[in-house]
Amino acid sequence: MTQHHLANSELGSLDYDPAPESAQIAKLKGAYGLFIDGQFTDPTQHEQFASLNPATEETLVTVAHASAEDVDRAVASARKAYDTVWSKTTGARRAKYLFRIARIIQERSRELAVVETLDNGKPIRESRDVDIPLAAAHFFYYAGWADKLDHAGFGADPRPVGVCGQIIPWNFPLLMAAWKLAPALAAGNTCVLKPAETTPLSALILAEILQQAELPEGVVNIITGDGSTGSALVEHPGVDKIAFTGSTEVGRLIQQRVATTTKRLTLELGGNGANIVFDDAPVDEMIEGIIDGIFFNQGHVCCAGSRLLVQETIADEVLRRLVRRVEQLRVGDPMDKNTDVGAINSAAQLERIKELTAFGESEGATRYTSSCALPDKGYWFAPTVFADVTQSHRIAREEIFGPVLSVLTFRTPEEAVAKANNTNYGLACGVWSEKGSRTLWVAQRLRAGVVWANTYNRFDPTSPFGGVRESGFGREGGRHGLEAYLNV
Amino acid sequence: MVIPDASTMPAVESEAQLRALLAGLCGVDAVGAEARAAKLATRSIKRSTKRAALDLAISMVDLTALEGADSPGRIVSLCTKAMRPDPRDPRVPSVAAVCVYADLVAQARTVLGDSSVKVAAVATAFPSGRASLRVKLADVSDALDAGADEVDMVIDRGAFLSGRVGQVFDEIVAVKEVCGRAQLKVILETGELVTYDNVRRASWLAMLGGADFIKTSTGKVVVSATTPVALVMLEAVRDFAESTGHLVGVKVAGGIRNSKDAIHYLVLVNETAGSSWLTPDLFRFGASSLLNDLLMQRLKQQRGAYVRPDEFSGD
Repeated sequence: MTQHHLANSELGSLDYDPAPESAQIAKLKGAYGLFIDGQFTDPTQHEQFASLNPATEETLVTVAHASAEDVDRAVASARKAYDTVWSKTTGARRAKYLFRIARIIQERSRELAVVETLDNGKPIRESRDVDIPLAAAHFFYYAGWADKLDHAGFGADPRPVGVCGQIIPWNFPLLMAAWKLAPALAAGNTCVLKPAETTPLSALILAEILQQAELPEGVVNIITGDGSTGSALVEHPGVDKIAFTGSTEVGRLIQQRVATTTKRLTLELGGNGANIVFDDAPVDEMIEGIIDGIFFNQGHVCCAGSRLLVQETIADEVLRRLVRRVEQLRVGDPMDKNTDVGAINSAAQLERIKELTAFGESEGATRYTSSCALPDKGYWFAPTVFADVTQSHRIAREEIFGPVLSVLTFRTPEEAVAKANNTNYGLACGVWSEKGSRTLWVAQRLRAGVVWANTYNRFDPTSPFGGVRESGFGREGGRHGLEAYLNV
Repeated sequence: MVIPDASTMPAVESEAQLRALLAGLCGVDAVGAEARAAKLATRSIKRSTKRAALDLAISMVDLTALEGADSPGRIVSLCTKAMRPDPRDPRVPSVAAVCVYADLVAQARTVLGDSSVKVAAVATAFPSGRASLRVKLADVSDALDAGADEVDMVIDRGAFLSGRVGQVFDEIVAVKEVCGRAQLKVILETGELVTYDNVRRASWLAMLGGADFIKTSTGKVVVSATTPVALVMLEAVRDFAESTGHLVGVKVAGGIRNSKDAIHYLVLVNETAGSSWLTPDLFRFGASSLLNDLLMQRLKQQRGAYVRPDEFSGD
């Protein structure tokens, strides 16, 4: 329908000079092999694929494509390490390795941040201030649990599961690797980790870090590849547990494959989070929270607050402020320290975002798109807000997984809860109100794994995270996160 | 919810109406406000932006001398420096104003003459504000008679905290009336108001009373300007401008000693109130030692090496 481009607003022009982080810090090698049995090895089929920088479409490195045979080698290595070393290693010693890994991540944090931003397209400010510190924090946190499993509430001497196959997504590559590996290793499991096809690099740097930490060979194996590699890992009979973070579609397939086996499964899938705003919300912080909820990491966040439910009495005011704030977002070179919104991770994802937003317009929603200039090369999508969205619009029903916010209105708390819950997903919601009793009333009725009050997208290793319904099952983080990796 | 719906300055007709208006302002979430201020501190200001920001910051300084022991000689030195902060480089802008007690206004006026540097006087029983209205108004008149261009008044925090907002409002209106065309800066002393909700309400109260500037602090209590407080005040002037069309300035004072902090404040201004506020007419730093650090950083940008503090005069 109507497309409003805001004229250059009166806001935001101290005209910051570019402040780019140096790409040299990444110290990338030309090609990376598969990390199996503590060594980088060539793939048996000698197949390679390129990992691109989504902000420039340039090839960063080539990585190995793991075949079913390579998966087999990796699982065998993990099994051997489990049987001969790791299952006999005391909790205190496992903790020692986890602390080491955490400290080396901190020491190499600048390099990791640069690698993450080059490979993923997210702003360096986010990889530097969020992804990498949180990844280290997860290792530190679970290092503390490794020798205290008796006291984790699962009975005396809980046993590990065995060999874990872990498949992680491209939106927070290193952080998701940490979420998977840290609790698994603390609990005494060995792992085969498969990073996403478009973002394998930070996991490969992590492999170097594991070598540096002298983690016994085979305890963690990292194999790169596409869906076929993941599929081979899921189907491998030597794997005791599959942990998957990714789309609901793939999660459903994995669950079907695992259904006839004894494999354990945890799934952290999609979401379509609702940010519920009442008329007594702290407005300025709420606007920041909405912005952070949907434009953090270009909206490539499974728990993104992609639906804004705003009380009708303040809807116009909120929309006006929101659009003004969107216009202020600095979109562009992810390596620039002042960039707020970076590149879309892949051409395929960009295509999907474009397709769904086109539905938004054709179905009659009012579109506000930032007038920011977009770079010529690379995958970019300008931050967008749709107003006048209803429950039946596709943009309100499907997970867009991009920098696109749908704004809906409600009149009563009951209506807000009904609309927030009217989705197949159930990962995260936000409630904004200065009235504590109302916040609690709403939170109790939301079908979501996480409910944030007067904030959004806050993560901490001590807090469990995970979904209900089509957002998956199992928890990551906190004491609860151990359960997925213990035979309890 | 957020701002009174009025296209001009809302007329305040009763204390009850004023109280309702202030109570109707939305709250501030402390965690969120502090996180926002901290996030903006990560902006990386380099090269030409940094050079421009340093000069802009210099032009926004209210060079301040508010010690009981200040001598007339120090005021002369201060005013000389205010007009030409770096005697070797005429491209360095003058500061915005010198800020002194009323009894030193005449001295400052004599040195500054008709230069662009304004004389600002702290008045109304600064810094505590503990005096009768009669004494406060006399204090203001003294300063104006001696040639002050700007008056920095303090609000009665005791009255504000006990809910007597009408009294605070009336005092601001009375001082504003005495000021006439002189600029009125209203010091909220946010360190004594403590909560961000109070800062927001006091900001609106001062603006409704006719403040040309709202100012954080006297610099005489333990907590002076902080970036989250500045953020809340900048949001207030932005919202007030949208609501009434009146652009009110913000002055941060106390504890801002280095260029990095000053640039951080400019980023806050830029991304909160907007670039319209990036002028000495609408944003000021109340500081004394800050100026030398700005000058040192400025020279460092030119020379590519750090310079000694003694390159610049102490006052």
